[in-house]
Amino acid sequence: MGDGAMIWEFIVSGLLVVGGFFGLVGSYGLVKLPDPMTRLHAPTKSATLGVGGVLLASMIWFPVHHGHFSWHELLITLFLFLTAPVTGFFIAKAHMHLGWDAHELPRPAPDKHWATFAAPDQESLVDRVEAARKG
Amino acid sequence: MIEYAIYFAYGCFGLALLFCLFRVVFAPGLADRVLALDTMAVNMIALLTLFGLHRGTGMYFEASLLFAMVGFISTVAYAKFVLRGDIIE
Repeated sequence: MGDGAMIWEFIVSGLLVVGGFFGLVGSYGLVKLPDPMTRLHAPTKSATLGVGGVLLASMIWFPVHHGHFSWHELLITLFLFLTAPVTGFFIAKAHMHLGWDAHELPRPAPDKHWATFAAPDQESLVDRVEAARKG
Repeated sequence: MIEYAIYFAYGCFGLALLFCLFRVVFAPGLADRVLALDTMAVNMIALLTLFGLHRGTGMYFEASLLFAMVGFISTVAYAKFVLRGDIIE
């Protein structure tokens, strides 16, 4: 094994250790943190970063040792990093509707309220088309 | 050296899965349980990728890609069910 491969081995090992550490911290935060909204922080950020580290290590390891680049890791990373904020948002929204009264929450802006607690907009597209046909 | 790093990461993600399992069983609320299940799926993806790295095959990437997709869809379905009492209205 040449010196170049040794350097890559160091980099991959470092990424694996850092990724494992972040993954562990993310799941420990799920147990440790005091209330549901802070518990949401740990897995959505730290665990995603941990998995990202492991996938990056795999993405470097395969071209160095097996001589071919595989696109699968890139695909998994992209998918995970796109979906993690969406799931975090959905869980936060579910928790807001389950556990909070709308008046207890702090306002997002001085003159505005949370859109998710607003009354539904009753006008539908069908109504608009029919109104246009009549008028 | 990379062998030891892989074993360390195995240990970390295995312990993380145990923490998530604890949170699934003893959850204070419904949102926490859904979050713990989502985190379990994420940790499983990391474990599968590590296993593929250890064995030197790219065979396990399809499995982890499937885990990523099913984990995301199941979390969205759970959250939708909690919000609306129905998944497809």
